[in-house]
Parts: sequence; C-alpha cells; structure tokens
Amino acid sequence: MYNFEIERPGTIEEAVAALAAEEAQALGGGQTLIPTLKARLAAPAKLVSLAGIAEMKGVRSEDGAVVIGGGATHAEVAREAAETYPALAALAGGIGDPAVRNRGTIGGSLANNDPSACYPAAVLASGATITTNTRQIAADDFFQGMFTTALNDGEIITSVSFPVPQAANYQKFEQPASRFALVGVFVAKFADGVRVAVTGASEDGVFRWSEAEAALSADFSADAISGLSVSPEGMIGDLHGTPEYRAHLVKVLTGRAVSAA
Amino acid sequence: MTKVSMTVNGKTVSGDVEGRTLLVEFLREGLGLTGTHVGCDTSQCGACVVHVDGKAVKSCTMFALEAEGAHVTTIEGMANPDGSLSALQQAFQDHHGLQCGFCTPGMIMSAAALLAENPRPSEAEIREYLEGNLCRCTGYHNIVKAIMAASGQDVSSIAAE
Repeated sequence: MYNFEIERPGTIEEAVAALAAEEAQALGGGQTLIPTLKARLAAPAKLVSLAGIAEMKGVRSEDGAVVIGGGATHAEVAREAAETYPALAALAGGIGDPAVRNRGTIGGSLANNDPSACYPAAVLASGATITTNTRQIAADDFFQGMFTTALNDGEIITSVSFPVPQAANYQKFEQPASRFALVGVFVAKFADGVRVAVTGASEDGVFRWSEAEAALSADFSADAISGLSVSPEGMIGDLHGTPEYRAHLVKVLTGRAVSAA
Repeated sequence: MTKVSMTVNGKTVSGDVEGRTLLVEFLREGLGLTGTHVGCDTSQCGACVVHVDGKAVKSCTMFALEAEGAHVTTIEGMANPDGSLSALQQAFQDHHGLQCGFCTPGMIMSAAALLAENPRPSEAEIREYLEGNLCRCTGYHNIVKAIMAASGQDVSSIAAE
C-alpha cells in the first residue's frame, strides 16, 4: 500500500472541505477500499474517513419509508430495520461475514457500485432515493454501470430513503468461495406495481427486469413469469458461471423471491 | 507520522503511525501484542479479529488511525484477571478446538462476540457466525463444540470428534 494521510472530520461540511483536496478519497468502512489500496489499485494522497460523522449514522422511520444514514453499517441495518423493512434487513445481514458487517457501510457500498454487491438491488427495486451533501438522486438515475454512479467527485452519500413495500424478498445465489452474489434478485411489491432488480448478472451492473415487473404487477405469483426468459446477451461470463447460466438464475431467483415475499 | 491513542485491553496506549498503518500492524509491531495473527491479509480468514468498541472487526482491514479513542480488546485481554483461561478459552482446550492454533485468536474473538449477542447459540448459528473465520486443521467440529460448551450447552450429542 502506498502511503496517504487520513483525516477524520466530524461533520459533513468538514468532510466535503477535506475531499476538495487534490487526490482525496472518501473512506467508508474500508471493506472494499482497503483491499483495493493493498493491491495498489488506488493511490489517493488523502483518505477522508466518514466514520466519525454523527449526522450520517442510524436508521429511522419516516412517512412509510426507512431512512438509513450513509455511514450506517450492514450490522446496524440488519438489526435496526428488522421490523420496519425485513427484506432489506435480511439482505444487509447476508453481506460478507459478521466482522465485515460491523465495518462496511451502505454509503460505501452504493458509491462503489460493485456489479455483484447486494445493496444496489435493494435500492433499485425499492425505488429508493439517495441523498448526498448537495442533492437527492432517484435510484433509477443513480446506477450508471459497473463501478459507476451519478456521484460527482467529492460528493458524499449522507442517507438513503427506502419506501417500504407491501411485500419484498431478496434471493442471493452465492458464489461459493467469495459469497458475493453470483446473481441476486430483489423483488418489491408496491400498491402501484412491482419492481424487480438484479445484481451480479449484467456487465452493466444492477438492472431492472421490466418484463417480469409487468407480469408480476398483473399477477404477483411465481407462475406469472414462467413464460418469460432472460437474454444471456450482456450477462457476465467468468469461471464461476456462463452468461446463459446467469440469465437462467435471474428467472429462477425471481420466482423464488416472489414465492418467499 | 501521526500520533494515535486508544485503550487496548484496558490500558491507554499511544504511538506514531502512518496513514496506511493497519490496526493489526499497530497492535503487533507497535505494541508487541502478537497474539492477533495475520493470515490472508485480505479480510477473508479472520485470524486478525479483535473487538473495537465491543464489535468484532478484522484488524487487517481497518487503519490504526480509525481506532483513535476506541476501546480495543485482543486475545491477550481475554484471560481472567488472575491469568487463568476464560471459560471460552478453557472450552477450546477441553474440546480440542484447535490444532495448529493459528486461527485460534480470531476464533476466540469471534466466538466471544457471538456469545455477547447470543448467549446460547444453536450449532447452526455458531457455524453461520464463524463464516468469516477459516480453520484449515479442525474441520470446525470441535470449535463449534467448544463454543456450545462454553455457553453451557450439552455437547454430548454433537457427532464429530
């Protein structure tokens, strides 16, 4: 790892000021960034730790939504959203392992937008709103391809607001060594329709499966998608699974999520 | 170099570290507390698990400066005040929960964190909680057994030796 300075601001304002420096990089829980630095895949001059910012902590309920601070750890979401949004809590409780969940944060995960991360599926399927230090971004506008988001340089995710669906479920088919999602499908049923978001499968990162959404909005049952198929075109192919296999999993997991929701 | 201060196993400590100094490096090289091990150095094996403000974390994937002001507990802080083994440590010895011993500090720290939040975990809960702790000797059976025994549960019906 190349050396760098670490700053630990106590407020969002201080963090934004610190991130304005040349080659500064925000540090959430570090569970992805620190391994990346060790591999010398990144070499920032300064890390700005967001862990000491009290206003980015916590999980609260607000007008039919669960609002999660950008600095909330996966363990906190698993515990504190368990009653208000159980499918989201279960997703958070299935990321990594207990020690990773005690450090990793929702803001860090979303800003990184790993194509196999779990949170992007929940955010997109829930139609969540991402609040930063400067604006609000709808989930449909936030994810812009593998490791790419709508965030500008130095912009910080301060909170994420999830509308709570009538029913929801996340099905994750784990890559057996890394436990990342080989494919993960989050299904959320709202009064005005169903949203289906898929992670782990596409070379463009998380996406909505709109044909399934239309079918499930008309009939919320696993049978409703039995006639649909997912094209393997644009799906990730690697030693863990072919594009065809991932495309197949999308449909299987969507059916399981609907049945379990 | 930047000065960092924290409480480790009840004692206030400080030292000069670089930004990139990992918590595990500060513990081992700065404080000489070599009970915390570095196995994979990629946050997968769990040999480096310590408690930071009561929570299990992988000390190879946290910077020392992030622990400024924190209360850190390592394997060296797990024995009873008189120096005898804690019930959890004694159970690992009694039930052969270790062979080479390399993963053991992390196993104990993770198991202690589990028992703090779930005092009587089931076998399945223990196995799930230890997902991030790898042992290449024991096949986990005796580790699980030791943790069940430490939580006061009957382990006579657990099959594997």
